[in-house]
Amino acid sequence: MRTKKEKKNIWMTLLLAVGLVTILFPLYMTIVIAFKNPSDMTTNIAGLLSLPKEWSFHNFIEAIETTNFFHTLWNSFVITAGAVIGVIFLNSIAAYAIGRNMAKSKYFKGIYLYFICGMFVPFSMLMLPLVKEVSIMGLDNRFGLILLYIVFNMPINTLLYTGYLKNIPIALEEAAYVDGANHWTVFWKVIFPMMKPMHATVAIMTALSTWNDVMMPLVILSGGDESSTTLPLAQLLFQSTFGTNYNVAFASYLLALLPILIFYLFAQKAIINGVTNGAVK
Amino acid sequence: MKKQKRIHILFTLPMVALFFTFHTFPLIRGLMYSVTNFKGFGSYDFVGLSNYIELFKDERVLNSYVFTFKFAIVCTIVVNILSMCLALLLNSKIKAKGFFRGMYFLPNILGGLIVGYIFNYIFTFIVPEFGKMVGNETLSVSILGNTSLAWIGVVIVVAWQSIAFNTIIYISGLQTVPEDVYEAGAIDGATGWKRFWKLTFPLIAPFFTINMVLCMRNFLMVFDQIMSLTNGGPAQSTESISMLIYKAGMTADQFGYQSANSVIYFVVIVLISLFQMKVLNKREVQL
Repeated sequence: MRTKKEKKNIWMTLLLAVGLVTILFPLYMTIVIAFKNPSDMTTNIAGLLSLPKEWSFHNFIEAIETTNFFHTLWNSFVITAGAVIGVIFLNSIAAYAIGRNMAKSKYFKGIYLYFICGMFVPFSMLMLPLVKEVSIMGLDNRFGLILLYIVFNMPINTLLYTGYLKNIPIALEEAAYVDGANHWTVFWKVIFPMMKPMHATVAIMTALSTWNDVMMPLVILSGGDESSTTLPLAQLLFQSTFGTNYNVAFASYLLALLPILIFYLFAQKAIINGVTNGAVK
Repeated sequence: MKKQKRIHILFTLPMVALFFTFHTFPLIRGLMYSVTNFKGFGSYDFVGLSNYIELFKDERVLNSYVFTFKFAIVCTIVVNILSMCLALLLNSKIKAKGFFRGMYFLPNILGGLIVGYIFNYIFTFIVPEFGKMVGNETLSVSILGNTSLAWIGVVIVVAWQSIAFNTIIYISGLQTVPEDVYEAGAIDGATGWKRFWKLTFPLIAPFFTINMVLCMRNFLMVFDQIMSLTNGGPAQSTESISMLIYKAGMTADQFGYQSANSVIYFVVIVLISLFQMKVLNKREVQL
């Protein structure tokens, strides 16, 4: 019985190992092309798949110069960090007030539904008027993008935070009030730290979606501030510059993927847990 | 208690103000633009419902709906079948479980636009070479250049990324099924396929619902991958609704007209989400 079971495991493990090819092949191609010299690119299948004759960093230097890599990297970082901090703070405080009062107050029940309904609205529906509005307000820049991410993450986070709040006993707050704490301190010193697991989920979901987002920066920055360009958007904007030089293009793609790959390498468990919690809860 | 309520209202005000300014207000403006002939600049007139009537006669619009739905339905089915299989494998007694789960989740964290560019290269250069090698004529030219096949390329790329995500949801579903259910089932003769269909599947039905709803919603909004894979081509055969609104609304003077399109699009998304939740919720089994 036991040996039979072990045998089965190995087959399944093998199957999964073979399946990994589908995941790794595109990444392998990216790395190989990014390191090859343009003269090293042949059209036959063996040449396409082979490792570079010599590993050249030249493509990366060129990609960094053409796409202004460090500048766009910094933009993406500032926007993502700003969005995460803003979302955690502003969304959680509003959701806290909603969660604690919606059972007994029509106002809070109303804004709960108001935020939740936002989930059904596709971004493309708001896109056209939003671009006009944002450019009139002079917010077609990094700061404007951060504000928009805080707004567009509110519907899902209302759901997540109010759901999590149900697990935090109200007695804790009452005890704090008895000790003379005011409403602000109760939130900031008691509730906010207790919501830490949910902050982690929210932070990871926001960070991933903000970092990888193309549509919002594409439309919001289209009329204005080109210096705010984010890392993925730069890949789109520089397509014509890359032309048929796939080596520089792929070096640029690889550079753009690198930060998130490194992040994933170190925080893999937290990321998978965060994404799962966000969807299942 | 009165005072607490007042202060808690203050707590919500920043978000309510921001949400109204950047979400509700543009929504209302969109509704207003949808009954005008606004080009995105200059003056405009009220045109009643004529934009809406035009939409139903516009071949480009109808094609984008057909493509988006065909893509979303096929992709939802493909993704759910494959991620269910993958989840069953990853949840069984295998070696290096953590490693495999980590690897198979990888596509999900990568940006859709860049993934699209990478696959663009694979479809344009590598697959045709492979096709020539095995002597298959359809595969010898890039499928992205073929109006009747390009959409399959989009399905492959989007599925590649989504399977990673949906598998994780199914795994967390499978972990909620207690071992003794299987033991009891085994006594009654439920093994193999029967075990999956009669025991596992009904118990993880809520996760099936989540995945179906999320898939359909995300796929109906597809944008990034198409942008880099086909840019809507060839001959607009892979132009999704989002992409049409973006392209025609932002650059082709159809601001008012595409606003009407986006209102229809919004109604469609709401109806489908509600329909799915209603139908799929009926099938769930409580343990």
